[in-house]
Order: sequence, then structure tokens, then C-alpha cells
Amino acid sequence: MSRRSLLRGAAVGAGAVALPALLTACGSGPGGDGKTITLGSNSSDPVPKKAFADAFAAYEAQSDGRKVKVNTVDHNTFQENINRYLQGRPDDVFMWFAGYRMQFFAEKGLLHDISDNWQDYKGFSAALKAQSTGADGKQYLTPYYYYPWAVFHRKSLFADRGYQAPRTLDEYVALAEQMKKDKLDPIAFCDKDGWPAMGTFDYIDMRTNGYEFHKSLMAGEVAWTDKRVREVFDTWRRLLPYCQPGANGRTWQEAANSLQKKEAGMAVLGLPHPGAQFPKGEQGDIDFFPFPEINPEHGQDAVEAPIDGFLLAKKSKNLTNGKSLESAKGLLKWLATGKAEDIYLKSDPNNIAVSDQADISTYSPLQKKAVELVSGAKQISQFLDRDTRPDFSSTVMIPAIQKFISDPDDVDGLVNDIERQKKTVFAAD
Amino acid sequence: MSFIPARRTGRRVSRRFTGRDLAVLAVLLGIPVLLDIAVVWGPTLASVALSFTGWDGIGDIKWVGTQNYENLFNNYPQFWPAARHNLLWLAFLGLVATPFGLLLAVLIDRGVRFSRFYQSTLYMPVVLSLAVVGFIAQLVFSRDQGALNAVIGDTGSPTDWLGDPDLNIWMVMLAAAWRHTGYVMILYLAGLKAVDPSLKEAAAIDGAGETQTFFRIVLPTLRPVNVIVGVITVIESLRAFDIVYAVNHGRNGLELLSVLVTDNIIGEASRIGFGSAIAVVLLVVSLGFVVTYLVQELRGEKNR
Repeated sequence: MSRRSLLRGAAVGAGAVALPALLTACGSGPGGDGKTITLGSNSSDPVPKKAFADAFAAYEAQSDGRKVKVNTVDHNTFQENINRYLQGRPDDVFMWFAGYRMQFFAEKGLLHDISDNWQDYKGFSAALKAQSTGADGKQYLTPYYYYPWAVFHRKSLFADRGYQAPRTLDEYVALAEQMKKDKLDPIAFCDKDGWPAMGTFDYIDMRTNGYEFHKSLMAGEVAWTDKRVREVFDTWRRLLPYCQPGANGRTWQEAANSLQKKEAGMAVLGLPHPGAQFPKGEQGDIDFFPFPEINPEHGQDAVEAPIDGFLLAKKSKNLTNGKSLESAKGLLKWLATGKAEDIYLKSDPNNIAVSDQADISTYSPLQKKAVELVSGAKQISQFLDRDTRPDFSSTVMIPAIQKFISDPDDVDGLVNDIERQKKTVFAAD
Repeated sequence: MSFIPARRTGRRVSRRFTGRDLAVLAVLLGIPVLLDIAVVWGPTLASVALSFTGWDGIGDIKWVGTQNYENLFNNYPQFWPAARHNLLWLAFLGLVATPFGLLLAVLIDRGVRFSRFYQSTLYMPVVLSLAVVGFIAQLVFSRDQGALNAVIGDTGSPTDWLGDPDLNIWMVMLAAAWRHTGYVMILYLAGLKAVDPSLKEAAAIDGAGETQTFFRIVLPTLRPVNVIVGVITVIESLRAFDIVYAVNHGRNGLELLSVLVTDNIIGEASRIGFGSAIAVVLLVVSLGFVVTYLVQELRGEKNR
């Protein structure tokens, strides 16, 4: 996040506090030609940015003179300003995430109901529909792609050393032990940005206690002081000696890099992360296995696979015009087709399409394996920071997990801290 | 002859404010006052008011009394470290970086060789924003790929300069001081140029040594600069933000009050009431320091 965008955020924030009347007064009236759709994009990285441009160009080419005007904002800035963005003058269509993080805004009345669109959507699984649905049972999101999390490693390293992908936690620890003997950092580990280690927490929790427990924990219904949560941290503490030290000072790019340089043996990451750090010639060397089983009762049922998609902003002035609304919904309908996803994935092969109508014949072996992983999942989770309230994940969980990493022994103090704060955050409404 | 101008003067006095004068006054004074109220006092008072409410930035504003403050003091593990770090920052800049800047200014003012070179080199970081300084600090201090560990050959189990919560605050303060020192130096250099050389000569004739001359003669004449530097130091350290935000979003050992405000208000979290409470604490602390300092200095000025 740049200083300027931050200042802009601060200024808008101050404005929202002091001058709400002034702000609403300068909104533009309903207008537009009904054919131009503005789209707020958080895809600021070059690869996805170009891939989206391709997809929108293809839409424009086949539509009847409709235009998509894209406003791209730096990824983190977009995220951090989403609240004010949606309340101020949002674009007609915007990119956002599935799950609780979408439901939160749906509940606040900032999203357009697109249930009628969903009646025509084909090729989406029930799990996808569930993740696109608000607490009121209506749909708000058009999913586009997702990227599963797993334990990534290098094929060649595993072949050279004769390592076998582990299936259970004990095998995982044994493999890590072997890697340690072979002078490798068994698990590349990072949490400088505050979120990467959440994936590990989610997996240990879902493998130990199951998806349903994880869901209610994230919804604030179960106490963090519960024995089952302590068990998660205890298991994690058992793995920490095999993780790269100094995780709180390492970005995910650096972690993926050490995987690429064969300094580390494995890493719990999402599909795009190693992909972004491996040079073109070594992309074929990336492989993964699902996070190992901990409790046989839950096996490897759940897969963490965040879904990104498109939504309509309720406050967009344009959408009060029926014609514009129709255009915007038309765009979503087109984006929901397998073909639209194919165009995107052609230039950004680090994700996989949500639609089962997408053409997977051009997928890399890694992508095919990812499709298999997701389609075999009994439940799909959305990552800790998308499965719970944003104020809880960012102000409570990020510091808590970082504290656990640097001081893993005081689990009691940690969970008490989390629980006390959780109560105040969830009581805020 | 003399009568007419006098009468004119009298008339001028009685008609001191013509309509046009009033209009000009209203515009020149009124607009700044209005702006001041709108962009300074308005938000400040709004923050104080909001700190007693619960608000997520979207729904209704709900009065919650002092609950935010209770939460802040009792249930927010980051708060006390942040307050401590702010004070540590103040102490470090005030007791290390500022005196060091003064020392450099004195050395350069005395005309060491290559003084112009030193002057521009030391001043260079001042043109960088603290966010940029933060990025530079990461290039230097990063554990795996940083320059520092490479230079000192710390590769076996490298020191995690920015990830270790016991260390990183010092590293970041060092980076901040790198910039602050140059800033202070330039202010003092300007001040030293204005010191009348005859004062120093007089002191020398009276038999004062270098040190004595400096502390008894030069430093007191620098009083106005001292006030400015003092206020700048206090403000810079209490509003410190960019650099830690650039390094790791002000978490894991780098907590500062300003970051907690941002985390709670600007971020997706939008705990505006709670964040406002932190902002009020920061405001009180800053006002406390600045006002105390200014009162001290101004009183000293009068007594002199």
C-alpha cells in the first residue's frame, strides 16, 4: 500500500466522518449510455491484469456494442478501502471474494441480489453456490476461479532423494525429520504479511476437528479456549521445529523462493504462490500433495480453495438505470461461462476455473491435479480471513498467529487473549 | 496645511473598516478559520465523540460509553506495546538522533574537510519519504536476502533483524534516525550560520574553551532553533508510521499507536469507534508532550 493511497484512504475516512453530506452531494447522478459498464478491479499484478483484459476484450467483441471500463486499484489498497468504496461511488461490477467476507457486505445491503442470474448459471457445483450465497439465501457472487491450498514441493527433489508424499501427519513428520537430516529446511514458512500462516492453521484445524467445527469457530460460535482449539496449536507446535525459522520476517515470495532453490523441501501455500516464483522452465517441476490426515474421522475431506468472483455494487448510481443493470448482469452471465474462464486462464495458468464446462484439456498437469483435488473435496473452505469477520481476522488473528510463531509455548495465554478480543469484536453488532 | 492631513487621518481612523475591508477580512480570515474548523477541529472532535460509540462505518452509530477504552486497556494485547514503542521512539530520537544531528552540524559548521560532501550526503535521506526508507531498510535487514547478513557473513543461522520482535524495533528506529539526523543537522546548520561570530570571539578572548563556548554561548543563542527541533522531534516520533507500515504493517514487535489506529479504521476491519479511542489516546499523549515542551521553552524565554 502506497503512502498516497493510504492518505487518500485517510482523507476519505476523515471525510466520511466529518462531511458525509458533502460526499453524497458530489456523487454523479444516474446516467451512462446503458452500454458502458464500469468495473472495479483489484488485479493489479501484471499477469492477472492482462488475463482479465483479455477476458473483457473477448466479452466486448461478442457483445452487442457493450464496453467494459476497468478501474484497477492496487490489490491491498482495494481490500483495505472496500468498506468506503462500496458506500461511496463504487463501480457497477467489482471483484471480490466468496464466503463470509462477501456475506458481510450482503448483510449490510451493499450488494445487488443476482439470484435471477444464478437460475441460468450452469456448470457450478453445490459447494460453489453455497459460497456465493448470502445469509439470506440469495446469491450475490458470480464465481470465476479458485486456487486450492496444498503442500507444495519440487518433483525433482522428491525423486532425487526418494521422498514419498506423506498421507498422515506421522508420515509428514517422519519425512520432515528425514529432510532435516539431509540438511534441508523441511517446511518453507512465512508470515510477514500476516496471512500466509493462516492456511496452515485452517488445515490443521479442519483435519483435527472437521470443517463444521472450523466453520463455527470462524463464525464466533465456539470458544477459542475450547480444548479442540488448543489441540490445533499443540499439533502446530509439533511441526514448528521443522519450519524455517524467522517466519515473521519472511514474505511468501521469499518462502516460495527457498522452495524453488531447493533449500526447503515443502511449503503450505496456494496454487499461484510457487507458480509466481518458479521460472518458466521449472514450472513443470512443481508438485503438491493434500495436507496430511490428522484425525481419520475427517480424513482429507476439506480443501482450502479461495474463490474469487464478480459482484454488483448496490450503491452504483449507474445501476439504477435498468439498461445498465441489464448490461452488468449480462457481463456476469458471460463471465460465468466456461469459455470466459478459459480465456482468462490461458494467460494466468496459476488458478483453475470454477465451471465444469471450462476446457481442462489445455491445463498443465499441475492444474489438472488441482481440479481433481477440488472436485474430490467434501467441503471447500475459503481461508481464515475470508471465513470470518474482517475486523476479527485482521485485528485479532494476524497478531495472534504471529505471536504464536515467535512464542509457541504460551498457548493458554494466546487462546485466552483471542477469546477475550473475539467477544468484544463479535459483540460489536 | 497641516490641518488637512490630520483631518484626513482622523477620518481614516473612523472609517477603518470599509465594506471592502470587511469583505477582504472575512475572506482572508474567515476561510482559513472555516477550513481549520472543518479539517482540523471537526475531525478531532468527531474522533473524540466517535470514541464513545461502536460503529462499523456502515450501520447505525451506537453509544457505548467508555467501553472502547476499557477494551483498549484490558483486552487489546497490542496497545501497551504500541504505547511503549512510541515512547521508546521519542526517547531514541530525542536522546540519540537529535544530539547526533547537532554534533554533525557543529562539526560541519567548523569546516571539516569535504564538509559540503558530508552535508549533502547526510541530508540525502531527508528527501526520501519514511516509506521509502522502510523499503531500503528491508533490503538491508532482510534475513534471507538482506545486504547486512551477507556483508557480515551471517549465513549459518542468520539474524532475523526485522522478524525478531526483540530486535526489529531497534533496526527500524535506526533507519528512522538515519533520516531524522540529517533533518536536525540541516536545521542546526542554518541556525549556526546565524550565530554572530563576534560572540564566539568575545568568549575566546575571555578565555572560554571550545566546549564552554559551545554550551554557554552558542547553544543558548540557538534557542529558537532548539524549540523548532524539539517540537519536530516530538511530533516525528509520535506520528511515526510509514516506516513500520512499509516493513511489516506495524505488527510483530513494531506496533505503534498510529498503526493501531489505521488497522482499526482504514482497513477492512472498520472498527471506527475503537480506532477513534486509540486516536484519542495518541492525541492526548502528543498534546501532553508538545504543550509541556512549548510551555517550558516559552517560560524559559521570558525568564531569560
